[in-house]
Amino acid sequence: MRPRTRRIAELAVEIAVPAAIVAVLFAWTAGKPTFYFPPLSDVFDRFANTWVFERFGSDAWPSLRRMGLGYAIAVLIAIAAGTALGSSATLRRATAPVVEFLRSIPPPALIPFAIVVIGIGDDMKVFIIAFVCLWPVLLNTIDGINGIDPTLRDTARVYGISGRDRLMRITLPAASPQIFAGMRLSLSLALILMVISEMVASTNGIGFFVLQSQRSFAIPEMWSGILLLGILGYLFNLAFMIIERRVLAWHRGARASSLG
Amino acid sequence: MALLEINGLGKTYGEGDGATHAIGDVSFSLDEREFVCVVGPSGCGKTTLLKCMSGLLEPTRGDVLLRGERVEGPPEAMALVFQEYSRSLLPWMSVRGNVVMPLRHKKLEKAEAARLVEEAVDAVGLTEFIDRYPWQLSGGMQQRVAIARALAYQPEILLMDEPFASVDAQTRGDLEDLILEVRDRYDMTILFVTHDIDESVYLSDRIVVLSPSPTEVREILDVPLPAPRDQVETKELPEFAHLRAHVYRLIKRRREAAEST
Repeated sequence: MRPRTRRIAELAVEIAVPAAIVAVLFAWTAGKPTFYFPPLSDVFDRFANTWVFERFGSDAWPSLRRMGLGYAIAVLIAIAAGTALGSSATLRRATAPVVEFLRSIPPPALIPFAIVVIGIGDDMKVFIIAFVCLWPVLLNTIDGINGIDPTLRDTARVYGISGRDRLMRITLPAASPQIFAGMRLSLSLALILMVISEMVASTNGIGFFVLQSQRSFAIPEMWSGILLLGILGYLFNLAFMIIERRVLAWHRGARASSLG
Repeated sequence: MALLEINGLGKTYGEGDGATHAIGDVSFSLDEREFVCVVGPSGCGKTTLLKCMSGLLEPTRGDVLLRGERVEGPPEAMALVFQEYSRSLLPWMSVRGNVVMPLRHKKLEKAEAARLVEEAVDAVGLTEFIDRYPWQLSGGMQQRVAIARALAYQPEILLMDEPFASVDAQTRGDLEDLILEVRDRYDMTILFVTHDIDESVYLSDRIVVLSPSPTEVREILDVPLPAPRDQVETKELPEFAHLRAHVYRLIKRRREAAEST
């Protein structure tokens, strides 16, 4: 097959399988609806009524805000701290036990603590999301910075490249493939922790909405919330992939040329 | 006064019984506009020597003097071309970005920096590839980028660490001629480390022959071959064969002596 035809065929398969699954679910739930598995058409109906756009501002937006804020704070702190730790073996040795301990705590276990100390507002949720997202980025940044080729360090020294130039144009780009790997992992964690934190002591948010709907036996609404979370997760990953492809285009090129 | 002086330089890694004496005692000097090759058997601490000379490593004994001043860190008057071009170039920057990188902190006018970059890239014959990325180029071309980066930096002394060891023979010949050309164009002093005896004789005005580790200077010999050098004609000269054989014996005899003890 010619490349163009092949690409179209591949795309068709990618679209056809999810479409088929939706069609089967649609037919199955329509033919024999039960209380917990309402007809898919009802779910879609509620989805349209709830999220486009009646509750978008009251529930979806606060969720996205918390997630974005928590994630951004985590990434910034993790890259800064990871750069410092990756550059100094002494610092690394000194902090390793603490880092290993903190990242081993199952995150939801921190929610009660966070409620007591920070309260039940947005700050608590942002804190939980940031705390969880911190570790993958931190550990990957440390690894990336620590693993920079010694030849590259020598090159920077020989040519007197130091300070900001060295950090922004040599050190961080060299570590960026690993930093991105960590950020990708953290993105999924951010979504999960957003939902979990909203299911405890909350008054709004998508997680809150799903739990609230279930408790008031509004099952189609509950499903619509789950559907929204799935779509959001998918879109976040897609957006991340597009950004990563652009930023790390050199990395893919360099790897392909060194392998080929 | 010599441009660069190496006085009783020694480097020992570790201490006590586990210590490795990489460099025993090395002394020689570089005059202005000289092309000196340092040649020695593999594993004789050539790279360590070069790192000490460039200020990347601190010698255990002795010192390196640049115009009489002790070298304590990489001086601005020196540039270094590494053997592993693919690891010393920045793959996230184009050829232009790589070459301009060391100029950024030199406080040059933008136009002046751009001119230096373009001139250096032209000198290595890569003008049409200036906006490509290093990984889009062949190995020999990547090493040319590394050379252009060193040229644009305008060092007085260019140190080269087996720069052509990982390119094929044909490319190697081209690069040897390129570096001779560039030396004249930029009026530089070059110290070239290699394990290839032919290469050392072909390129240099003087050769420093090293012993196996712990490294000492075996002999320093002049290379009175006429300039300009030519891959065919120069290598045809009886003096070339003679010098080549002489250096070869120096290195080989030392190796045998080392093996028999």
